[in-house]
Amino acid sequence: MIEILPAIAFYMFAAVTVAAGVLVISAKNPVHSVLWLILAFFSAAGLFVLLGAEFLAMLLIIVYVGAVAVLFLFVVMMLNINYEELREGAFAYLPLGGLVAAVLVVEMVTLGAAWQFGPDVASNLASVAPAISDVENTKALGRVIYTDYIFIFQGAGMILLVAMIGAIVLTHRTRTGVKRQNVVKQNARRPEDAYALVDVEIGKGVTMPKKKG
Amino acid sequence: MNGELPNLTLVLPEIFLAVSAMLLLLFGVFQGEKSAERVSNLSVMVLIATAVLMLNSFGGERDVTFNGMFITDAFAVFVKMMVLAASAIALLISGKFLRDHKIARFEFPVLVLLATLGMFVMISANNLMSLYIGLELQSLSLYVLASMNRDRTRSSEAGLKYFVLGALSSGMLLYGVSMIYGFAGTTDFDLLQKTLRGAEGPHIGIVVGMVFLMVGLAFKVSAVPFHMWTPDVYEGSPTPVTAFFAAAPKVAALALMVRVLVGAFPGLIAEWQQVIIFISVASMLVGAFIALVQTNIKRLMAYSSIGHVGFALVGLATGTQAGIEALLIYIAIYITMTLGTFAAILTMRRGEGYVENIDDLAGLSTNNLPMAVAIAIFMFSLAGIPMLAGFWGKWYVFLEAVNVGLWPLALIGLITSVVSAYYYLRIIKIMFFDDAAEVFDGNHGRGVSLVVGVTAIVNSPVSYFLLIAPLVTAAHWAASSLLF
Repeated sequence: MIEILPAIAFYMFAAVTVAAGVLVISAKNPVHSVLWLILAFFSAAGLFVLLGAEFLAMLLIIVYVGAVAVLFLFVVMMLNINYEELREGAFAYLPLGGLVAAVLVVEMVTLGAAWQFGPDVASNLASVAPAISDVENTKALGRVIYTDYIFIFQGAGMILLVAMIGAIVLTHRTRTGVKRQNVVKQNARRPEDAYALVDVEIGKGVTMPKKKG
Repeated sequence: MNGELPNLTLVLPEIFLAVSAMLLLLFGVFQGEKSAERVSNLSVMVLIATAVLMLNSFGGERDVTFNGMFITDAFAVFVKMMVLAASAIALLISGKFLRDHKIARFEFPVLVLLATLGMFVMISANNLMSLYIGLELQSLSLYVLASMNRDRTRSSEAGLKYFVLGALSSGMLLYGVSMIYGFAGTTDFDLLQKTLRGAEGPHIGIVVGMVFLMVGLAFKVSAVPFHMWTPDVYEGSPTPVTAFFAAAPKVAALALMVRVLVGAFPGLIAEWQQVIIFISVASMLVGAFIALVQTNIKRLMAYSSIGHVGFALVGLATGTQAGIEALLIYIAIYITMTLGTFAAILTMRRGEGYVENIDDLAGLSTNNLPMAVAIAIFMFSLAGIPMLAGFWGKWYVFLEAVNVGLWPLALIGLITSVVSAYYYLRIIKIMFFDDAAEVFDGNHGRGVSLVVGVTAIVNSPVSYFLLIAPLVTAAHWAASSLLF
């Protein structure tokens, strides 16, 4: 009984992933699409856990479900795109698209069947990572990412810096007439700067004192 | 995993470049927009200081650090020097143009520095992962630079086109890398080389992966059939950025191609040689024939650069050490020609702004004889007229092609050279024999004049002693450090 549990779990997650994937592209409402996408991500994370890759599963949940999907939702809600119009004529491409997909499937199957490791591959792989049974993969990653792969890690950091500079250079504009809060100025403001008490004589008006600054 | 620190002295120039770029960014942020010129000057100094720091690796010993991800050798030093020179020249000629277009921002030189850093990582890559990181660092900076003039549709279009197609090529490259990793079990160049030499005939999966990898790299050097982006991006980008595109990234990507094919896949030479021969021939043909109908000089230079990549790849197609030497000589000469030409394009300036049509050069010889002579030297050199620098580049490349029996390649090279001579000579004809157009205002800044003057002298017939002789020695030294 216990032995078939992983198999049941696999088929459940796999079926849900595929079904959610189909619903992502067939849902009429784009917001529903994004929600189905989140379900697909979540089920895929389940599949990763079954494979023993708990770190990837975590990443999938945190990065894709937590950040990317929410971003998608924002974009879908902010942009006023007529999805019905976009969808028009999609079926006209079905025969060609289906053909391409079929060719791709055949190619992948051929490749999978032809797959064989060269003689040195096993030793090459062994030099990279410890065996999965020795240490769980979060720990294994943590051991190498800041030591063996520090160069790549820092390089990726520089790429993110460039992305940030790029985003600012291409979108930031200095605007005139923007009112900003200046806390120092606010705190330095004294009551006498803000108001004045004036005795008003009856029958005469008041001339407002000139504002300071 | 080991606890000891990697050998950081080998990466000192890279660390210096990265830290300086970040410091200059901070400096620019605190000083505001008015600091653009100062940051640009400081960046040129940083590039010079980086070259000085590289002196300690001038012994050219082959050494790796960071767990074999980063390599220094004579080849890396030689190519990095070219990249530094090209980046510094691009910065020198950019100031006036950027100010005229009100896009003189301090981020510009910082992005050039970061792109240079990316090229350094590419040149020194000894692992498919460091290759990819370097390539992306470079490309991402270039995408931003291309659309720097964001209020002009052309510039935004150039940036967007470059970005979308660049992302596609990165995808193909990564697909190839994953195939190679899947079938060979490693991404390390030294291990790959050993694995592939040991095997009894390469596995088809590795060959497929390698071809995809080459597609990604061919895109970056704009070799045909992956050149479609080049004319649009070259035309739309601000001219100093185009000058930078045509020089530094091309050198770095060609070097990377050499490094990957010769360093990691020497065992598969029979497979990659035919691909290189194909893209080389196609690039030469497209570069020669499509350029014939261009009227915009920046588009013309884009096709010219495609053709020159084709010529340079002839050197790689031979797959010999002498061939790599010829390729290195060729690209060194190519960057002097192309940077000189783009500096000359930056002098095409009239009251209402910059002009880029070939006809605007009409009668330049009566208006400004020295400039006309300089442009004539560049054109003769680009065409490969004997005794000018460009001729020697072609000479060494074709000589080696004939030596290894690839004479059809040399023949096609000669034919396309003759065809391309037509449009280079046409520019000279327009400058010297057509009725004079309106005078250029000559207000193009000292940096531009300096670059035009120096590159014109370097390309003139005295180049054999100035440039070619030392270059041949240096290229021999660089190419012999690659594993054969």
